[in-house]
Amino acid sequence: MSEEPRPYTLVAELTYRCPLRCVYCSNPTDWNRHADALTTDDWLRVFREAEALGVVQLNLTGGEPLLRDDLEQLVEGARRLDLYTNLITSGIPLARERLARLKALGLDNVQVSIQDVTAAESDRIAGARTFDRKLEVARWVKELGFPLTLNVVLHRDNLDRVAAVIALAESLAADRLELANTQYLGWALVNRRTLLPTREQLDAARDVARAARRRLQGRMEVLFVTPDYYAEFPKACMDGWGRRFLVVAPDGLVLPCHAAHTLPGLTFDNARARPLAEIWRHSTAFGAFRGEAWMPEPCRSCDRRAVDFGGCRCQAYHLTGDAAATDPACSLAPAHALVEAARAQALEPAASLTYRTARVAERA
Amino acid sequence: MSAITAESRPTLAAKARLRWDRQTSRYLLLYPERGLVLNPTAADVVQLCTGEHTVGAIVDRLAAKYAPQPREDVQREILAFLGRMAERGLIRSGDE
Ligand code: SF4
Ligand code: SF4
Repeated sequence: MSEEPRPYTLVAELTYRCPLRCVYCSNPTDWNRHADALTTDDWLRVFREAEALGVVQLNLTGGEPLLRDDLEQLVEGARRLDLYTNLITSGIPLARERLARLKALGLDNVQVSIQDVTAAESDRIAGARTFDRKLEVARWVKELGFPLTLNVVLHRDNLDRVAAVIALAESLAADRLELANTQYLGWALVNRRTLLPTREQLDAARDVARAARRRLQGRMEVLFVTPDYYAEFPKACMDGWGRRFLVVAPDGLVLPCHAAHTLPGLTFDNARARPLAEIWRHSTAFGAFRGEAWMPEPCRSCDRRAVDFGGCRCQAYHLTGDAAATDPACSLAPAHALVEAARAQALEPAASLTYRTARVAERA
Repeated sequence: MSAITAESRPTLAAKARLRWDRQTSRYLLLYPERGLVLNPTAADVVQLCTGEHTVGAIVDRLAAKYAPQPREDVQREILAFLGRMAERGLIRSGDE
């Protein structure tokens, strides 16, 4: 790799706390052990250091970022740095006045997640009665003049309703619709048996999304994030380790991806203890899977190694126990049978769902 | 989506924001989760997409700046660029 990596996006996980209990939550299953350790000033310094490194996009996320009382100050500070600031929220708990305040302070985009197209189904997946309020929040977003991103995580129980999801997004005048197939990490891995769809479901949903993308071109961006359990090759997770993204977790750990601290054997620096630029350039954790030196076969001699960077390190670890293995989602991976076995389970009746709790989850 | 013509008064979409990038000395057009690096000509055009100017007026202005490039060439390039941007939802024609 010749050019020096530059982070373009800072993912600021302001807190892991959240009033919802989504069965596919991507927060670590031991989220409760990570306190909100960064003060307002700490975060503002992180934003400044990130901007100086080249970051232009800021995602304020969590958990639920609305639970931070200082969100207004953080948005204001981000705008002063001319960062394109995106609030990624469940919409709970939010009053219209607060949203209007965030607009006045310079927030650029609001991403609201819904779980399905009916209250009963959406609330079942979220583990909380929130659907009607989410729609109300989505309408406020548009009324206040924000662009609206609607995010829907897809899985076995809602993939067949993608057409209805698109219709709902249109009725809300969403500017961007993210149809994001579940990534099987965190709570989603605990619930994989129940959430993983069949290939037929996926193919049908992908066709619907593709037609909608064409029809809505220029009005609504329709994104369909394919699940790599059914792809031939894995995705370029995070655009490659330590290449474009900086994640700062609620406890201040600086990570190459939001699940990296679940990998054993890596020591992550804390934003309170070391300047971001130093962490980005010199920390052993960011260096661990940068470039190609770490790669095993078949990645090492594979033509796609500069395209997908060997896939997801977290997926490699959580499925094989080795973070430096080829991502088992890859059809060429020695451990690909693990993914094939999981796919076979998609044809079996669903097991029960485990909701996100403060207790550490056991693997199903 | 209506096509962009010489009479349109294009505006930047609500979701897009122009930002100077110190590292590359280029303008970036930022929008949710993405960004485009604009070349200097594209940046000139986007900066005039305020809803005040017609494409014709933008062409006049930039043709003067890029002289001796023929006006027709400048117009063709600008219309093609704006068309691509409208397809991506980053520029509105102002006609709707
Ligand atoms: S996925 Fe659900 S539970 Fe997890 S942070 Fe988002 S809204 Fe909260
Ligand atoms: S072998 Fe490695 S580099 Fe090649 S496609 Fe699979 S994951 Fe990507």
